[in-house]
Amino acid sequence: MAAPLVLVLVVAVTVRAALFRSSLAEFISERVEVVSPLSSWKRVVEGLSLLDLGVSPYSGAVFHETPLIIYLFHFLIDYAELVFMITDALTAIALYFAIQDFNKVVFKKQKLLLELDQYAPDVAELIRTPMEMRYIPLKVALLQCFPQCYFSCLSDIPVSVPTHLVCPRTPLSPPAAVHTCENEEQSLLDLFLGVCHDVCGKPSGNHLPLLLPSQLLGFHPRSLWLYINVFFYTIPLAIKLKEHPIFFMFIQIAVIAIFKSYPTVGDVALYMAFFPVWNHLYRFLRNIFVLTCIIIVCSLLFPVLWHLWIYAGSANSNFFYAITLTFNVGQILLISDYFYAFLRREYYLTHGLYLTAKDGTEAMLVLK
Amino acid sequence: MGLLSDPVRRRALARLVLRLNAPLCVLSYVAGIAWFLALVFPPLTQRTYMSENAMGSTMVEEQFAGGDRARAFARDFAAHRKKSGALPVAWLERTMRSVGLEVYTQSFSRKLPFPDETHERYMVSGTNVYGILRAPRAASTESLVLTVPCGSDSTNSQAVGLLLALAAHFRGQIYWAKDIVFLVTEHDLLGTEAWLEAYHDVNVTGMQSSPLQGRAGAIQAAVALELSSDVVTSLDVAVEGLNGQLPNLDLLNLFQTFCQKGGLLCTLQGKLQPEDWTSLDGPLQGLQTLLLMVLRQASGRPHGSHGLFLRYRVEALTLRGINSFRQYKYDLVAVGKALEGMFRKLNHLLERLHQSFFLYLLPGLSRFVSIGLYMPAVGFLLLVLGLKALELWMQLHEAGMGLEEPGGAPGPSVPLPPSQGVGLASLVAPLLISQAMGLALYVLPVLGQHVATQHFPVAEAEAVVLTLLAIYAAGLALPHNTHRVVSTQAPDRGWMALKLVALIYLALQLGCIALTNFSLGFLLATTMVPTAALAKPHGPRLECNGAILARCNLHLQVQAILLPQPPKYLGLQSFVLVARLECSGVISAHCKLRLLGSSASPASASGVAGITSMRHHTWLILYF
Repeated sequence: MAAPLVLVLVVAVTVRAALFRSSLAEFISERVEVVSPLSSWKRVVEGLSLLDLGVSPYSGAVFHETPLIIYLFHFLIDYAELVFMITDALTAIALYFAIQDFNKVVFKKQKLLLELDQYAPDVAELIRTPMEMRYIPLKVALLQCFPQCYFSCLSDIPVSVPTHLVCPRTPLSPPAAVHTCENEEQSLLDLFLGVCHDVCGKPSGNHLPLLLPSQLLGFHPRSLWLYINVFFYTIPLAIKLKEHPIFFMFIQIAVIAIFKSYPTVGDVALYMAFFPVWNHLYRFLRNIFVLTCIIIVCSLLFPVLWHLWIYAGSANSNFFYAITLTFNVGQILLISDYFYAFLRREYYLTHGLYLTAKDGTEAMLVLK
Repeated sequence: MGLLSDPVRRRALARLVLRLNAPLCVLSYVAGIAWFLALVFPPLTQRTYMSENAMGSTMVEEQFAGGDRARAFARDFAAHRKKSGALPVAWLERTMRSVGLEVYTQSFSRKLPFPDETHERYMVSGTNVYGILRAPRAASTESLVLTVPCGSDSTNSQAVGLLLALAAHFRGQIYWAKDIVFLVTEHDLLGTEAWLEAYHDVNVTGMQSSPLQGRAGAIQAAVALELSSDVVTSLDVAVEGLNGQLPNLDLLNLFQTFCQKGGLLCTLQGKLQPEDWTSLDGPLQGLQTLLLMVLRQASGRPHGSHGLFLRYRVEALTLRGINSFRQYKYDLVAVGKALEGMFRKLNHLLERLHQSFFLYLLPGLSRFVSIGLYMPAVGFLLLVLGLKALELWMQLHEAGMGLEEPGGAPGPSVPLPPSQGVGLASLVAPLLISQAMGLALYVLPVLGQHVATQHFPVAEAEAVVLTLLAIYAAGLALPHNTHRVVSTQAPDRGWMALKLVALIYLALQLGCIALTNFSLGFLLATTMVPTAALAKPHGPRLECNGAILARCNLHLQVQAILLPQPPKYLGLQSFVLVARLECSGVISAHCKLRLLGSSASPASASGVAGITSMRHHTWLILYF
């Protein structure tokens, strides 16, 4: 499996290099769907130049990154493009091996449960085979590389880095903790996240006295109620999904991407890269058609309404934000659909595929 | 828990959609057309009203009395123009300076894309003359524009005369808070575009022009005047701008208010508006007006110089004086007073016009239909495509639905994802090919123009047309090959999946077009929706899917032509929406945008061939 991965990486690097040098780069780097105040590369450059002048980067409310970014990019700012490409490639490789490990774990667990006769007799078609799981890591790496490279690589720091640094870090630690408890071998994904947690857990550095970035980041009381949504779901999900930490992580990342204060395309692409891992749930998804249509329509309407609002002056902000709301509703329904499909598959695995009620008639599974 | 999760209701809905699909589609289509036709009747059409408070009351007293002066200027202008054969620039400069304005000129030239019969590239060149009246009470932050487009013939002399007389009158007043620019352009739309581009420091049409020496501040509103006779019987107003953009309705209301105040007859499309909307005559005439407006808006051509101002977010109107056989005639003083009143009211504005509607339809001068009321017409038409797509999806997943409600006989055990995945993979090829065809249609004719004339003995215009025809003819091979590619896996499902994707794509495109230019979207939808919904393969030929895709392509091509390019001055990025959609294909869920040329704010622009006058020929070409 190394050869296809290498091919994917080579192609991704080439496409990124080509895009960096094209006229698209400047254009995409100013689109509002791609760049937000949290993830704008221009702001990082501005903050670093302020630092060079001896001014705190956080004065002026332009720079919203953590001190870690300052330390990292202070020396790497000339090689920004290379750093982005390498980080994206590393993320893809890490995800590839992590998903491969995860697949092995899943398969082992499945075999164990089969031998222990925990599954109902007629669920043969729900059991996952190594054959169908063979290409999943490659697909995940592919999906991670390409949408990212079209959007995020040109305009902001690779999403994997700020997502773990800037976004609330606490909701991601329960799944990581649960995962480490369960498996003796450390999966790469877990390691990756753990490292990030350790590093960012430190308070702001000692050199720059007044660095309090998190306070600048939208802990304003008004946005608190929406922001709290990110934390609401952690504990109930942790309780429900305690045996499936990777799925929990996937749902948690999606929830973060939805309720984040400045969501961008990169965040959406991050959790969508994981869809191949849950491919086997496709048959249980109920509304995939409507939801795909909603998401595609909203994505296409973003630039149209932005144009009508800002440039043509015909529409106003209501139109644009209505579309962002609809997009979020679509995302929420998609995630809850996946959740439902996952739970349903678990139920079928233990209770059999063809359900009968007590009096022998057919039964239906209804979510209450 | 609602429709999305309750299996009983879902099954009922699915049965409903599958069984009643054809009647529902027909009903929806008829509802869309009927809604559009019903737009002229009173509940849907409302009287216009002034929304902007700053322009609410007409408490200005017009004092313009320079009718004689205007006529004198007009005669002088006409004489000088006849003598010089072109715009009498020196005379204009002298006169404007004598009136008290700051006068500047701008020369421009444009090579027309197709040479004339003698195989020479026709270069249109001219000079614009404009005078700035500086506001005595403010810094030059905002301005208004009064423009008279002068073609190569001898029309609009009275308009120039009135412009100069008004300038003289305005110069003597102390209440101006915005600068006023009096602009006389040569070669109609070409000159206006050259001036606007230079003013806003962009270059979207490839025009060569000298930079402007004097500027007056951000333009808030503009009025284009066309008068060719000493007396008029009515003032006609034109609103449709480039790419179907319309000025803010308040500007129209303003014009109407001052016409009514001065007792001046005002008309729309040359016709007086019906008074009585309760009986049937009024709405029928309104329907005629509405249809004509829809046709004009859909064509994307600006119906006056004002149309070019709109894409720079300057609200503008064109006023034309009509001299018909009516009894009562008005002289230049009446027109001048109306203009004076309008400018004084515009002077009161504290911010750009934003209160009233930007998107509307006019069944009559004093009636309008707002976007919230006319959009459902397009919505119903697109619903047909949605219903058809839903039906196709359900038919494709009938096997899957059997599994979802386990209880009946065990459903077929063929797992869905692999076959659906395989189906999707084989769909990508036809989609990419049609995208590529759309891109070729957009790019190749212009690119290949020069190459073709070098290698083949054709004229350039013929080269363009022949390239287009060649690409379309090549595209006719698409259905044949689609059939081969798509039906290898499962003959039935292949075309259904392709049609599903094509329908969704078409619905998306039509929706986006309808948002930016409603009339174009509506007209395209009325023709494309029935054909797309009804297209179905008969026998092994499967031509129809290719036809849908080719239609999607034509559609995409049309949209690519008619899309905006913005001016630079707002410092924002420009994009051509669909052009990029054509070549990006179905890659990601987000729309890709393509920078075209200058960075500027995309208000509206087009690759469309607009029209402007030329000396030797009666046809006009303007590439944006």
